Amino acid sequence: MRLFRIATLALTAIVSATAADAQTVRVGFVTSLSGPSASIGDLMDKAVRLYIEQNAASIAPVRVEIIRRDDTGPNPEVARRLTQELITRERVQLLTGYIYTPNAMAVAPLINEARIPTIIMNAGTSAIVRQSQMFARVSFTMWQSAYPLGQWTARQQGVRRSYTLVADYAPGHDSEQAFIRGFTEGGGQNVAAVRMPMNTVDFAPFLQRVRDERPDALFIFVPAGVVARGIMKAYADLGLAQAGIRLVGQGDITPDEELPNMTDVPEGIITMHHYSADADRPANRAFVEAWRRAYGANSTPSFYSVGAWDAMAAIFHVIREQRGQIDPARTMELLRGWENPNSPRGMVRIDRETRDVVQNEYLRRLERVDGRLVNREIETIPMVSDPWVRFNPAPPR
Amino acid sequence: MAPHARDAARTSPVDSLVTRHRLRPLELLPWVLVIPPYWLFDTYLPLGSEILIMVLFALSLDLILGYAGIVTLGHAAFFGLGAYTAGILAANGWGEPISGLAAAAAVAGATGYVTGRIILRAHGLTLLMMTLVIVLALNEAANRMGWLTGGADGLSGIEMWPLLGLFRFDLYGRTGYVYAAAVLFVAWIFVRRIVHSPFGRSLTGIRENVTRMHAIGVPVRTRQVTIYAIAAVLAGIAGGLLAQTTQSVALTVMTFERSGAILIMLVLGGVGRLYGAFVGVPAYMIAQDNLARLDPVYWYFWVGLMLVVVVLFARGGILGIVDRARDLVVRRRP
Repeated sequence: MRLFRIATLALTAIVSATAADAQTVRVGFVTSLSGPSASIGDLMDKAVRLYIEQNAASIAPVRVEIIRRDDTGPNPEVARRLTQELITRERVQLLTGYIYTPNAMAVAPLINEARIPTIIMNAGTSAIVRQSQMFARVSFTMWQSAYPLGQWTARQQGVRRSYTLVADYAPGHDSEQAFIRGFTEGGGQNVAAVRMPMNTVDFAPFLQRVRDERPDALFIFVPAGVVARGIMKAYADLGLAQAGIRLVGQGDITPDEELPNMTDVPEGIITMHHYSADADRPANRAFVEAWRRAYGANSTPSFYSVGAWDAMAAIFHVIREQRGQIDPARTMELLRGWENPNSPRGMVRIDRETRDVVQNEYLRRLERVDGRLVNREIETIPMVSDPWVRFNPAPPR
Repeated sequence: MAPHARDAARTSPVDSLVTRHRLRPLELLPWVLVIPPYWLFDTYLPLGSEILIMVLFALSLDLILGYAGIVTLGHAAFFGLGAYTAGILAANGWGEPISGLAAAAAVAGATGYVTGRIILRAHGLTLLMMTLVIVLALNEAANRMGWLTGGADGLSGIEMWPLLGLFRFDLYGRTGYVYAAAVLFVAWIFVRRIVHSPFGRSLTGIRENVTRMHAIGVPVRTRQVTIYAIAAVLAGIAGGLLAQTTQSVALTVMTFERSGAILIMLVLGGVGRLYGAFVGVPAYMIAQDNLARLDPVYWYFWVGLMLVVVVLFARGGILGIVDRARDLVVRRRP
């Protein structure tokens, strides 16, 4: 009798194990977990874990299994090989992650061939999404923020001449062109467009030249993170604010997670971005609170985290709608036009036509609140779609 | 060389000199091991072809470092030149793999010859610095020439034509694996011939005693420049293979880090013995792949620990350990 019971138990266990297996959706997550970009990967990974922890019940009995891989930074051949392995060996049904443009570009042929829906968590060069019908993006594009920022800057009193300073790679080029286009269309004149090599660490010479040129506004783009801290320090040290040169930029130059390290930066820097941790929306307050509960009171989520968070929201949406049976064509159909009004950044949508993100852009002012620097949202530009698409219509197929 | 000296002790000196170039059965072992993964580990083939490519790269480094004694930290320059040549050709509409590889070899070889003529006048640390300068300068050039190389964004849009007009480069990397294995096999035969030729012996002579080689009338610098250019050709082919099989090229192909990494892999296997590359590269890359999978966040720590252990306890690399183990067994016999 006892033997029979054990046998039944074992059988039940086996049956339920196989059933659970059939109900598990495997998601490949390619990001940078070592090297100089490890902190970015960490911010994304934490958001992924937090999302699953909070929402696992909503897709039950289906389970989601995240298979993480470290692409070590902007290394397209590594990202490509890892993705290839995720597809052929791990048999993932969905892919996500990708911090860097070259990495995302390199996997386009793979996801085309294997037909794996891929949700970009970060890479922001406009042209990426056109490389494959299987791409959808929930992060941002450089044009989305730099172009309206250029328009806004041109409207400001006494600002006629601008100067642009960007990191010399595709997102930097996108930012530069977008800002200049917005600024000159508004009647301004851009006096110099300088591109700094990617591995620049000493920004003083570049900013000294800006000081000598005395533009009314200075537009800077560098990748968010430690580099941003360096250029902001140089900006403060050289006294450009006192010289009357207004600094504007995208959110990358005042990233939320770096603000505690930017103590001597002057207030009043204007940035355009889709997310600030300081925002007062209920969804954002809940998000930041949950984040601090999970990862400590001094930890601050950033736009990297929100990109990962919304990618997970989109993934959970397609899993829920298909009850765990992922079909590539149906998944892309579900992603087109997907929207989430309760994202920490406010309303966010994937455009039905372009598969690219549509979202609010917030004009923020760097302010000191209770001794802490924050990006205070002062103006909202609702539901911006990528202006680059408008200026560069897709070639006919 | 210690192993050869031991061989000589067991047989007569002339015997060893006469038979040393003959193929021993053990030398075919790598080629036997290359075949089963095609069926057994078919989902590991992208990693497999990367290993084969890095073996070729390490083999080319062994020619100049192990045999000719030229210490370099800039060998990735030629790897990168090959990768960019093959990549740029394929991205601009010429995706034929074998001619692309030939072009990669030609560009890398020509650069190797020209730079070799200039920098091989120097010795020791000066030479080391100059090799470093070459890789850094070329890297910066590739970074600046964004219109050609894609700059920091990497070269994309590489489309390869089918190999020999028959085999498409597939998602599982089967074609890439066989292609890389075939190229490595041909290169191995070539390198083996060089090493056992009088030319190859004279290189070892230059490494061991330059003054004596000068004294007996060997054109030392010509020999050095020649082998430097040959190694550059092989490195260029390896780079070209990487570009063609992964269909992407980024600035990382041509960095000081890559030069350092290949040096570590070669040292891990054993320098100056032809098969160090075949042992060190797979050992390092398979360990790294597994560590990165088990611990995606802290895997660099484990790789570092592994290298420290090897440096502390395994001078002469893995093949050095094998030698010592064999010595123990042989000596115990009466």
